[in-house]
This record gives sequence, C-alpha cells and structure tokens, in this order.
Amino acid sequence: MIRNTWVVASKDFKSYFTSPIAYIVIAGFMVIMGWMFFFNLSHFNMQNLQYQQFNMGKAASITDGIIRPLYGNMNVIFLFLVPFITMRLFAEEKKNKTIALLFTAPLTLTEIILGKFISSYLLIAVMLALTFTYPIILMITGNPDLGPILTSNIGTLLLTGCYLSLGVFFSSLTENQIVAGALTFAAGLFFWLISWATQSAGPVWSDILMYLSLISHYNNFSQGLLSSTDVFFYLSFMFLGLFLTHRVLDSYRWR
Amino acid sequence: MIQVSHLTKYYGARSAVEDLTFEVAKGEIVGFLGPNGAGKSTTMKILSGFMPASEGNVTVAGFDVTKNPIELKRSVGYLPETPPVYGEMTVEDYVEFAAKLKQVPKTQLKKAVTYAVDRTGLGPVRKRLIGNLSKGYQQRVGLAQALVHNPPVMILDEPTVGLDPKQIIEIRELIKGLAGDHTVILSSHILPEVTATCHRIVVINRGKIAAVDTIEQLTSRLRKGLIYSMTVKTPLIQGIEALKQVSGVQSITQAGPKLVIEMRPGGAEIRDQLVEIAVAQKLGVLEFSAERVSLEEIFLQLTTEERPA
Ligand SMILES: Nc1ncnc2c1ncn2[C@@H]1O[C@H](COP(=O)(O)OP(=O)(O)OP(=O)(O)O)[C@@H](O)[C@H]1O
Ligand SMILES: [Mg+2]
Repeated sequence: MIRNTWVVASKDFKSYFTSPIAYIVIAGFMVIMGWMFFFNLSHFNMQNLQYQQFNMGKAASITDGIIRPLYGNMNVIFLFLVPFITMRLFAEEKKNKTIALLFTAPLTLTEIILGKFISSYLLIAVMLALTFTYPIILMITGNPDLGPILTSNIGTLLLTGCYLSLGVFFSSLTENQIVAGALTFAAGLFFWLISWATQSAGPVWSDILMYLSLISHYNNFSQGLLSSTDVFFYLSFMFLGLFLTHRVLDSYRWR
Repeated sequence: MIQVSHLTKYYGARSAVEDLTFEVAKGEIVGFLGPNGAGKSTTMKILSGFMPASEGNVTVAGFDVTKNPIELKRSVGYLPETPPVYGEMTVEDYVEFAAKLKQVPKTQLKKAVTYAVDRTGLGPVRKRLIGNLSKGYQQRVGLAQALVHNPPVMILDEPTVGLDPKQIIEIRELIKGLAGDHTVILSSHILPEVTATCHRIVVINRGKIAAVDTIEQLTSRLRKGLIYSMTVKTPLIQGIEALKQVSGVQSITQAGPKLVIEMRPGGAEIRDQLVEIAVAQKLGVLEFSAERVSLEEIFLQLTTEERPA
C-alpha cells in the first residue's frame, strides 16, 4: 500500500522538476514572500523606532507585526499557486492516455490518488521549508514567540492541503489543464470568501457559512492556538475532496 | 488462460461488443481481427482490467476481472492503442517506473529493466527522452512497459501500428518469441499481420464474433472450392458437357470463349484430367489458370454485410 503510493508520488514529484512549472512556481513564491517579509520587517522596525522616539508605549509584538501578516499573505499566495501545481495531475494523464498505465497496474485507485496528492503536497512542503529562513532571521535578530510560528506553519500546511485536494479533484474532472486550474482557483476563492456572506445571512446560516469557510479556521493557528475542531475540519475537507476524486475516476473508467 | 463468456459492453445505450465468448489456451498467440470500430480495443480494455464490462464474465490467468482486479493486473501486460508513455522521461526511467508500478521486487528491478529494454531493442536509446523518439520507438517503449514484469498474459492492441516494415518484422519476431512462456492476444485490422504471428484468430465485426478458428481451418472451411478458368478457341457444347462429367467438378459457366470451372470443396487435384479432356474434345485451349480465394477475401466475406458467408 505505502510502497505503491510512494512509487506514484515520487515519480510525479520528480516530474515537477522536469518541466519549468516547479521552478517558476517556486521562484515566484520566493520572490513575493521575500519582498513581503522585508517590507513587513522594515515597516515593523520603523514603527518600533517611532514608538520609542515619541514614547508611545509598546509597539506590536513580532507575532502580530511580522509573523501573522507573513503567513496570512503566504496563504493567499498559495491560493494562487496551487492551481498551477495540481492542474496537470490527472488532466494530463487523461489527455495523453497515460492514465491507462496507472489503471492497468496492480494498484488501487486510492493508492493512485493518494500518490498524486502526496506528490503535490511534497512540493508545497519544500516551498514552506524554504520560508523557514524568515523565522530563522527573526530568531537571530530578535526574540520571536515560537508557538505562533509553529502553529502558523501547521495551519498553512493544512489549509493548503485543502486547496490541493480541490486541485486534485478538478484535475480528475477534465482533460484540460487550464480548465482544471481555473476551477481550482475559483473553488478555493469561494471557500475562502464564503465567510463574507455571514454578515448578510441569518444567525443559523451565518454559523454554517462561517464553519465552511477555509479562512475562519485559520485564525486560531495564527494566534498560536491548535484546536482539534480546526484540524478536524481541514482533514475532513481534504478527505472529501479526495473521496470525490475517487468517485469521478471510478466512473470515468465506466465510460 | 483467458476465458471470456457472454461479454457485452455498452457505451451509453449503444453496445460496442455484444455477447462475446471465446477462450485462449496457455502459450497460444491469438489474433483479434476486425475492421475499424469492430470493438477490438473495447474488448482488450476489459480484458486488461482498464474498463469494467457491462455484462458477462472475464477470467485472465485464473483471476476474475471484477473479483480480483489487482491479481489479474499483476498477471497481465497491456499495450493500449496509444502507448502510455511520458514524453519527459527517459526510456530507462520510464521502464523502471513501470517495473515499480507492477511491483517487481527491488532486487530484480535492474534485471527486469535490462530484460525489457534489450528484448524490445531499445538499448541504443535507453538514455534518451521518450518525447524525442520516433513513433515506432515509442511503440517499443510501450511494449517494454507491458513486458517488464514478465507477465504470463500479454494483451497487445495493434502492436505494430506506425512501425516501418523492418520494425514490423522485428516486433513480429519478438511476439512470436513470446509464445510458449506467454499467452498473447493481439489485435489488428490487417490480415497479414495476424497470419504472420498468430496460431488462431478471432474475427470480430460490429461487436460480434464472426469466426474463431485456426487460419488453415478458416481457409478450408470458407473456401468455396477452387475455381479454374479456361479460355478456348471453340467452346463446343459437347466438349463442355464432357468436362462437367469429370468427378470433382461442381459447375461450369460459360461466357463467350471463357469457361469458369468451379470445383467441389476438398476435391483431388484433377487439372491434368481437365486439360486432357479439353484437348481430346478439340476445344482448342488457349489459356488455363487457377484462381485462389485469398484470406483477404475470406476476411471480407466474414465482415461484409452484403455478402453473408
Ligand atoms: N468512449 C467511447 N464512448 C462511446 N463510444 C465508444 C467509445 N469508445 C469506443 N466507442 C465505440 O465503440 C465501438 C468499438 O470501438 P473500438 O475502439 O473498440 O473499435 P476497434 O475495433 O478497436 O477499432 P479500430 O480498429 O478503429 O481501433 C465503435 O463504434 C466506437 O465508436
Ligand atoms: Mg482499436
């Protein structure tokens, strides 16, 4: 089971690096993140300086001033980048008919889907690992609270996993990578912004919409809190996305 | 090794294959012959576990396609119509990936890859990107993928399509070499392809089996007897009557100076006799020749609706 999944995952992970996609995505990500980090950092320093100069009391903490905006922004960037990472996973295999190799190999559909999902997750993990440089810089130069940094990483990983499961699902629906990517982005945005509708919805509906919103479950993570409700929500979301992918591909075989 | 009974497949409301029943014995090479759209690929997709059947039972290497799909797939090497190759991988990496997918044990991985690459003549291009190879070579890579786990059953959908004549001969030799150890079922819509490699053929047309037999049996079963044609100077009635008396002659039709002599199927060789009588009757023989019913004609006979066999 694990070996089969790993065979698919490692092949797909490697093939990210045989096309320019991975390099473009990673480079774009690092440039934007780097720019945001140093912008936040200098803004934070300036503010701190002003506070000291005019004796206005304590400025925002590193957590509030740098860590939270940093990971908040990262989540938005992942919303944009995930479609590029997942769009080819099944769509390309269907288009090139290479899916026949996977479907006639002695693997279960679950192993194939998990393999693809994990390959994309690995790429995200690599990108997240590259951003460890920022907390390390903060630790060298200052004294940041480590709790929120840790939970922000966990939260980001879980939230991005939800985008990935949406991406895997939409990639299984079509042969067209562009369509798969566009739908992934639209759906990700929908589950992100769904909380906005809570203001105009009635009390029951606003609770439901708030619960379904991907971003509302991230708040606790950004404050250093690890709540099982949020973890459970993200894991269920991913499970549902992959389960639907299973259904789609199973019925694809029937046609 | 392969048992198919009452196999039916619907695409929506239309059936692509209907009530197919046939068997393939261990070590046999069987050709699946039929015109475009006959349902060859559909059947092979079902046999390989790629696609479920709508009705009927399929057993390959002792495994039921719906009850034991994983075991069945482990025993089958399948080459689809379009070789399922990744253009961005090298030949060697791809064959190794296929071997891992098919659960070749780690210790035998290298050996299996070398075996498949050598057997399909891919040695010289093993380090090249598949995307840069010619269609024929990509076809071989597809074949290497089907071969790499040394499966007892090989299902090859039009294995020589797109190859040049030299490559066709090589691949045919390869497939023939597989017989004995492997059970092979291959499809084609051209007859010489099948006659060159197969022991037995299943002729399929419009989703139904038209015939299942050895090539020799099929030829003799369908032969309407030999046909001779004789052109004479003076087609005298009594001379023609005398020819009709020869045993083995079924009928003679006359069109001007040309006599078409149709023989009973499976008769003895009597050409000498026919010519002797014609000479004795002073018909003045100008020309005498035999017309063979070719396999191509049989194939057409079997698969053309206007001329039921
Ligand atoms: N996915 C599909 N959806 C609907 N109809 C299909 C599908 N695939 C095949 N068919 C139809 O089923 C019939 C059999 O097709 P199949 O591909 O099995 O034929 P074939 O014998 O392999 O032909 P060819 O020699 O052209 O490869 C055809 O009429 C085809 O149009
Ligand atoms: Mg076909």
